[in-house]
Amino acid sequence: MSVDQRVKEIVVEQLGISADEVKGESKFVEDLGADSLDLTELIMAMEEEFDVEIDDDKAQEILTVQAAIDFIKANQ
Amino acid sequence: MPDLIKTALITGGSRGIGRACAIRLAKSGYQVFVTYVSRPEPAFETCKIIEEAGGQASSFALDIGDHQAIVDFFKEKIKDRVFLSVLVNNAGSTMDGLLVRMGQEQWEKVLRVNLSGSFFCLQQAAKIMMRQKTGRIINITSVTAQSGNPGQANYTAAKAGLMGLTRTAALELAPRNITVNAVAPGFIETDMTAALNQEVRERYLEMIPLKRFGYPEDVAESVAFLASPGGAYITGQILGVNGGMYM
Repeated sequence: MSVDQRVKEIVVEQLGISADEVKGESKFVEDLGADSLDLTELIMAMEEEFDVEIDDDKAQEILTVQAAIDFIKANQ
Repeated sequence: MPDLIKTALITGGSRGIGRACAIRLAKSGYQVFVTYVSRPEPAFETCKIIEEAGGQASSFALDIGDHQAIVDFFKEKIKDRVFLSVLVNNAGSTMDGLLVRMGQEQWEKVLRVNLSGSFFCLQQAAKIMMRQKTGRIINITSVTAQSGNPGQANYTAAKAGLMGLTRTAALELAPRNITVNAVAPGFIETDMTAALNQEVRERYLEMIPLKRFGYPEDVAESVAFLASPGGAYITGQILGVNGGMYM
């Protein structure tokens, strides 16, 4: 499975939403209804899935699904 | 994911309050994990008591003053291996002395074990409980953190810190249906108080309206209540179990 698909799957799982809601440009908070704990859990789940470390400063810049995908591709 | 066994983790389950909590939570139906620092026998004994009563228990060596050891323990023994229903942050230690004579190590070690150790256990447990979307965390603090106690600047500071941590953790974790409370025992019949001489005991008794020291079981009942379905709507609270000596 590609990074794009795996990230989208994590988002679907963590936020309990359907896959067709999750687009690259989707903003976690505004579009997908995530709160701050959801964001933390998303970051933790991505760290685990891809074995990367995402520090808090970086995490604050990851506002969209695409930003998460790009970060992981750049840091794997 | 297979059905994991509902488990209560009690740090410092060898003696006194920790042992009573372990035995009582086993009676509530949880598999019980207890930790000990250096001497395995008393922790084995706790497990034996539980097993003989038909419960399930295991003991693990864990130095609560060692951050990496805590991280490794949760990774190897808890995560994806059990359903972590309850964490009781009970492990603690004292190194008493008057504050003007208190050395740096005496201060820092007591803070490290009682406060930092509890925080790191809570942090690891919270990560797991957030995924579970349920959990109960109970921090054992002390009446001495509420009233002050000469000779225990380090211990009372650490235990008071645990109260602040309890409230903040309760706020942060409430959205995931995790409750965080503290139980603040008064003077309890344990090894710690057995060492007191008769004169000191009697002076303490005069401060206790119910005119007796508490039993470890008194504390364990409160912990079991906070962990039970009946305690579901209680979070961020400090429950005094002290015979009325502090209100």
